[in-house]
Amino acid sequence: MPSPVSRSLLGDVHFELERGEVLGVVGPSGSGKSTLLRLLNRLDEPTSGAVHLQGVDTRMLAPRELRRRIGMVMQRAYLFPGTVAENVAFGPKQWGRNLSESEIEALLAQVDLAGFASRDALTLSGGEAQRVAITRALANEPEVLLLDEPTSALDENTRRSVEVLLESLIRQRHLTCVWVTHSLEQARTMANKILSISSGRVTAYGSTAEVLRA
Amino acid sequence: MLNYFFHSQLALGIAECAASGLLALAVLLLARNRAPGLLKELPLAELRGIVQIVAVGAILAFMLRGPQWTSLFVLTAMMLAAATIVCKRARQIPHAFALALTSICIGAGLILAIMIVLGVIPLKITMLVPVGSMIIANTMNTQSLFLDRLRAEVTSHVGEIESSLALGATTDTALLFYLRSALRASLIPSIDNIRSLGIVWIPGIMAGMVLSGASPLFAALYQFVVLATIFSAAALTCFVSSHLVTRRLFSAHDQLLLCA
Repeated sequence: MPSPVSRSLLGDVHFELERGEVLGVVGPSGSGKSTLLRLLNRLDEPTSGAVHLQGVDTRMLAPRELRRRIGMVMQRAYLFPGTVAENVAFGPKQWGRNLSESEIEALLAQVDLAGFASRDALTLSGGEAQRVAITRALANEPEVLLLDEPTSALDENTRRSVEVLLESLIRQRHLTCVWVTHSLEQARTMANKILSISSGRVTAYGSTAEVLRA
Repeated sequence: MLNYFFHSQLALGIAECAASGLLALAVLLLARNRAPGLLKELPLAELRGIVQIVAVGAILAFMLRGPQWTSLFVLTAMMLAAATIVCKRARQIPHAFALALTSICIGAGLILAIMIVLGVIPLKITMLVPVGSMIIANTMNTQSLFLDRLRAEVTSHVGEIESSLALGATTDTALLFYLRSALRASLIPSIDNIRSLGIVWIPGIMAGMVLSGASPLFAALYQFVVLATIFSAAALTCFVSSHLVTRRLFSAHDQLLLCA
């Protein structure tokens, strides 16, 4: 990692995911979970090692192409000023594709936000904003979805509803996911595989049943 | 009152400088609880300012007897000094000095050249150096404001900018909203200066021209010319800066380098 402090933030991490699998990345705060996600869509540059997407080294792909294929939802929604529809249409617009009103409405309906298209994105509640952020990422039709503690900033009820929503979207779209969470319970519910990290090193990796039994 | 005690022009000038400098100190002394840091900074700033401006006065007095082209050296030195000051304000931006100098050279240099070719600014040391310095100083201030505001915008919106990148946006698109905001904020004072001309303030050039016997109407028109030129140079400097800064805020792989 390029950093003014010369120390390795993450090392010796190896995992593989088949299409449709969900990897839960667990570990304490500051263990390198988010760094791992940022290396996968190249928001940060690894000092060594490689990420392969369908057998292709991601360094061979243009960063924009890579990020279209690997979507990301962050801890906070970080919606852009403007309407919900403008936020949802943002990704495809970068590729010259303008989503029609009906396409946007259909995407919003999938996250139970039908009728929200013309709403000001910056006036939404936390749960609504995170749903828009999920829709915005999915509008790019990614092959892989990176989820960086997407429910950690939400209250208990909203957290559960967003979890249910994500679970159904992942199943429907057969999405490959890397889901960073600090909750073992969430990882147990959502993931097929678990990667446990501590101080930038892998402490456990395997199927959810194997890792949680150990 | 001072001219009662001081009879030579030089002695009177020094006394007036001392009085105005002490007045500024007295004001800060009154407000020392609100701005304790400024009270320490001001004496040094005043001393530095007076030495610099007296040095420029001495150089001008010397140059007035020399060839006209020497003014180019003075303007170049001013641009270098301006870029150094901008660079200090924009420390977090990689290669800020080169960015500031290129922007000032293009912004102030090009606009000055156009006005010289048009004959609006005569190619005389007595005009070129003072008007050129006003233009360069304003490009410096505006660019400092622009880069400082942009740095603040970017560091407080890292999440939004990286969200744009994560959705496949170009670095230009990811930064556009914050560039616009910084550009607007940095150019507002210059626009307000033009808008309030004559109503809120009568700038130095007009006052000087009237005092030296020029027609007040011509002096007024020329003052507008100078302010519009200053704005053009400041705006062009910021536009150039806004184009150059994007490359410096992101890596070759579209990764944001400037973080909170």
